[in-house]
Amino acid sequence: MQSDLIAEVEETLKRIQSQKGVQGIIIINAEGIPIKSTLDNSSTVQYAGLLHQLVMKTRSTVRDLDPQNDLTFLRVRSKKNEIMIAPDKDYFLIVIQNPSD
Amino acid sequence: MYLCGFSAQTGCSSKNKAILVISSPRGLVGKSLTCCTMEIVYEYVKKRSEFGRPCNFSDRPADLHLDIQPDAELAACFFALDSRDVGMQCAADMSEHEVNTERIESESRGINHVEGGWPNNVNPQEIEHTMRFRKKVEKDENYIKAILKLGTQMEYSIKQNNTIDIYEEYFEEEQVEEEEMTDAKEQPAAKTINVFRDPNEVKRTASSLSWHPDGNHKLAVGYSCLEFQRAAKGMSFDSYIWDIENRNQPELTLKPVSPLVSLEYNPKDSHILLGGSYNGQIAYWDTRKGGQPVEMSAIEHSHRDPVYKVIWLQSKTGTDAFSTSTDGQVLWWDIRNMKEPTERLVLDPSKKENLENALTAVSLEFETTMPTKFMVGTEQGLVVACNRKAKTPAEKIVCTYSGHRGPIYALQRNPFFPKYFLTVADWTARIWSEDIRESSIMSTTFDMAYLMDGCWSPVRPSVFFTVKMDGTVDVWDFLFKQNNPTLSLKVCDEALCSVRVQSNGRLLACGSQLGTATLLEISPGLYTMQRNERALANEMFERETRREKILEARLREIRLKERSRLEQVKEEEVQDAEGEESPEELIARAEKEFFQIVEAEIMKWKKEVEKEKVCSKIDRLIHAVNSVLLPEGWSICESPFDTRIQGWNKILP
Repeated sequence: MQSDLIAEVEETLKRIQSQKGVQGIIIINAEGIPIKSTLDNSSTVQYAGLLHQLVMKTRSTVRDLDPQNDLTFLRVRSKKNEIMIAPDKDYFLIVIQNPSD
Repeated sequence: MYLCGFSAQTGCSSKNKAILVISSPRGLVGKSLTCCTMEIVYEYVKKRSEFGRPCNFSDRPADLHLDIQPDAELAACFFALDSRDVGMQCAADMSEHEVNTERIESESRGINHVEGGWPNNVNPQEIEHTMRFRKKVEKDENYIKAILKLGTQMEYSIKQNNTIDIYEEYFEEEQVEEEEMTDAKEQPAAKTINVFRDPNEVKRTASSLSWHPDGNHKLAVGYSCLEFQRAAKGMSFDSYIWDIENRNQPELTLKPVSPLVSLEYNPKDSHILLGGSYNGQIAYWDTRKGGQPVEMSAIEHSHRDPVYKVIWLQSKTGTDAFSTSTDGQVLWWDIRNMKEPTERLVLDPSKKENLENALTAVSLEFETTMPTKFMVGTEQGLVVACNRKAKTPAEKIVCTYSGHRGPIYALQRNPFFPKYFLTVADWTARIWSEDIRESSIMSTTFDMAYLMDGCWSPVRPSVFFTVKMDGTVDVWDFLFKQNNPTLSLKVCDEALCSVRVQSNGRLLACGSQLGTATLLEISPGLYTMQRNERALANEMFERETRREKILEARLREIRLKERSRLEQVKEEEVQDAEGEESPEELIARAEKEFFQIVEAEIMKWKKEVEKEKVCSKIDRLIHAVNSVLLPEGWSICESPFDTRIQGWNKILP
């Protein structure tokens, strides 16, 4: 059963990677260690370090404003691309996409 | 003796009533000291023999000593206020203070981070460890659940991005229009972003500025002391290139042999700079090679006075430049061979190449769209237009424009309409048209302070900047206001000697006499082009040119008439003089003529006095007509007294 699930995880990630405009995927754990990444090592480490702090800050901001609220999704749109971060209790999924328009 | 005080205040009088308790051998007695309407007395009595006895404490009910009932009469002294607003806060009271600290030097440094966050047993350097850790995590159940959930979420967002642009701006044009509307109402303003001070002890004038041609992140400033023989002994000759972000330290120091009066970046190759120095030599630097000049011109063939302006020319090799100085020469150079100039021109208005008669030049102008023509501004107040391609040196000087009263410190063609150029000299800035040689087509009013430098804005055809000796920068927009600068900003207390706009029109650098280069950012209204600006500016220029032409034509007519009248009078006199006369008759005639001349002079003098009165009347009329015919403040340039009167006599019935 577990191997099925693992296969499903792989499939999900592959599907995401194949979407239009996706430049890279990074999965980091709660401590900021990159578990899986499709980018090269130095970029991965950089993204992981910086975005981990950002998510922590954002989450604490949301919870400070309303303790019953919680962060569900974070999108950082910049001139060149968009960084999307889906946070969970223990892991973050980060996708860097170049919007097609 | 025990003493205790008790004071009571009533609403009636403000006297403090004190009750003094005095102890006596017998006991304590309370006594009231001052007379008052309300005496409150209570006696505490204790026998002296009982002093020092151990106290026996016992409970007893409260003993009412004094009961002061509310006095209705006193209430009449107060009245109730309906509602009051009192600010309260639960936090501590704070106050804000501002203190100007000393300048601190800050430096940017990077820190090398080592990867962290890995658990103890995993060494991030070892790939094996990390791989093992990662594989372990991937098998974790939590991980699988989390990723599946997040994966669906993420896919939704990605697909959303791909289908529509959720951040699309609707009605962008309307937004821009709105901005324009608010911009128009916005006050034009400028603010100082950065100040670069001369790091040396002995301060020198920042005599020339040049922006880096691409990217505009660097500013080259040439420092020199322009006052004759007043350069202090310890004065350094260095000039600096500053990075506009870092004001603590210049990026590069240029070390010439003599202080640089003018400095220009090569517009084609941003590493090359050309500098004209105080001793007349030209030198060029390559920023990749450091602060020493790569080559200097040979001193025998250079200028003999400080080189006030150097400009790079448009050429295939990108190495041509020309320079001018107050020794009356314009020299062309190829920087690959600095031993002698490639060409030389002597600014002699009589076209005889005589160096002694030459006009001394302080500014130079060259526009890349018209590569054969160039203009020189002289200390005598003339602008000389020259043609480079002329065959003989005599033909090189095409024409001169006169009208200024002092040395022309700045000369620049309008980047949008090259037929018109701006000159900054004495107390005015004037705009000229190439066709009209007698006078400028537009002029600012005479200012209180001497104007030292000026330049056009590269993005708006109707905006130009000038700097003055009292340390102010003026921004003129003649489509908006003609008689006053649109924005006048006092930058520093000392005189400002040079100004340059960055090529995007937003940043302005001005250099002062004490070597401070200030960077100003101007408000968007002054660097965004308005909708019809080019057309309007063109119209304005053309209208002024036409007016000047008409005035010129009229002046010429008047002069012609004068001349012909004089000639007629001369002819008559010649006819009279024929015929022989005896000595007595000659004497008599001489006497008669003498008295005639005296009488004529007296009559003329009387007439002038009358004319003065008429003249003041006419002055007023002229002002009235001016304000009707011309935009306010642009006045007719001065012309000889008589012809003006006669000219206006013709116009008015």
